[in-house]
Amino acid sequence: MNLFLEISSGICLLVGCFLCFSGGIGILRFPDFYTRMHAVSITDTLGAGLVLLGLMLQSPDGLVLIKLILILLFTLFINPSASHALAKAALHNGLLPREDKGANKGGDKPSKL
Amino acid sequence: MNDDKSTLEERAKYLPSHTISLSVTLSLFWWINSNYGNLLLLSLGASSILLVIYIAYRMNVIDHESQPIHLSIKIPGYLLWLTKEIVLANISVVKHIWLGNSSISPTLETIDASQHTDLGKVIYANSITLTPGTVTVDLVDDRMTIHALIKENIDTLRVGEMDRRVTELEK
Amino acid sequence: MLAAATIAILVVMLLAITRCIVGPTLYDRILAFNMFGTKTVLLISVLGFLMGRPEFLDIALVYALINFISVIGVLRFSDSAEFKVTPYERQSTKEGEE
Repeated sequence: MNLFLEISSGICLLVGCFLCFSGGIGILRFPDFYTRMHAVSITDTLGAGLVLLGLMLQSPDGLVLIKLILILLFTLFINPSASHALAKAALHNGLLPREDKGANKGGDKPSKL
Repeated sequence: MNDDKSTLEERAKYLPSHTISLSVTLSLFWWINSNYGNLLLLSLGASSILLVIYIAYRMNVIDHESQPIHLSIKIPGYLLWLTKEIVLANISVVKHIWLGNSSISPTLETIDASQHTDLGKVIYANSITLTPGTVTVDLVDDRMTIHALIKENIDTLRVGEMDRRVTELEK
Repeated sequence: MLAAATIAILVVMLLAITRCIVGPTLYDRILAFNMFGTKTVLLISVLGFLMGRPEFLDIALVYALINFISVIGVLRFSDSAEFKVTPYERQSTKEGEE
């Protein structure tokens, strides 16, 4: 049973880290602010969720488990509000998103780095 | 919050159960974070909780919006469904990150929300933002401005599965 | 496994800070900063387990809240002139890759 917990926690950590890494690549690769926001939202939902789940499976006692659940809940409640506030401020201050045509014109070169 | 609409009776009707739920939540939160059993510290914790409840009462924020206990029966099912949606959306967005910029088609569109209460609209908007690939940029009355990574995401939202579930939730 | 997770999260934080430095508009920088903060929360939690000291979770909890408040606090000033996207910047984000 203990071995099973170890293995499943390892898998969760691995997949979570892969998702976070994909989000990190996405924030560098995507063409404009609004699309980058989607990349960040991956790392905030399932990336953070799986890493914390992996830690939950290893937690030595109940209190640590509850604290991890609290951190996960805060992450899930806070991040949509933050990204919504950011997107609203950006749109109201005149940052226009690239529409579909622009994306085709731009090709698949990585955004300027 | 419509302050002028909510009369005094309405506020009184909401008050007791919401105050109890707020104090239970605060006590649990205090105990989880401190984990003390000592009498002095417990009484200090209780007094701080009472202070917070008094401030919240003065600010007039103890109502069905800050403590949505009338949803507590239906919300676990919705959260399970939302988790499934989030996992599916994550897989799709990760695929598009590795496929590169030519595979995405960012769109900014306005869709209608069919919820009646402010709480329902906020739940709907936050669920859309929580799902990777779609972000609620603006919410005016019944119309939401959504930015989507792929055009198909907007079409999925227009079909209205999530909209229907949130509307069912608030009944 | 925990050590590998720590390194992976550090790499992701490096990517986020790259975007924070490069980012053409102010909003890209705030977004990258927010992501950096969330990754810090994860890093603190994983480090707590790696060092066998779960007390670190309290710090992670507080960091998550402070991170949110700082982002909202910065956006509080979004009416000021620095937040307006100038036509030059708008052009550079739209046609930066031509």
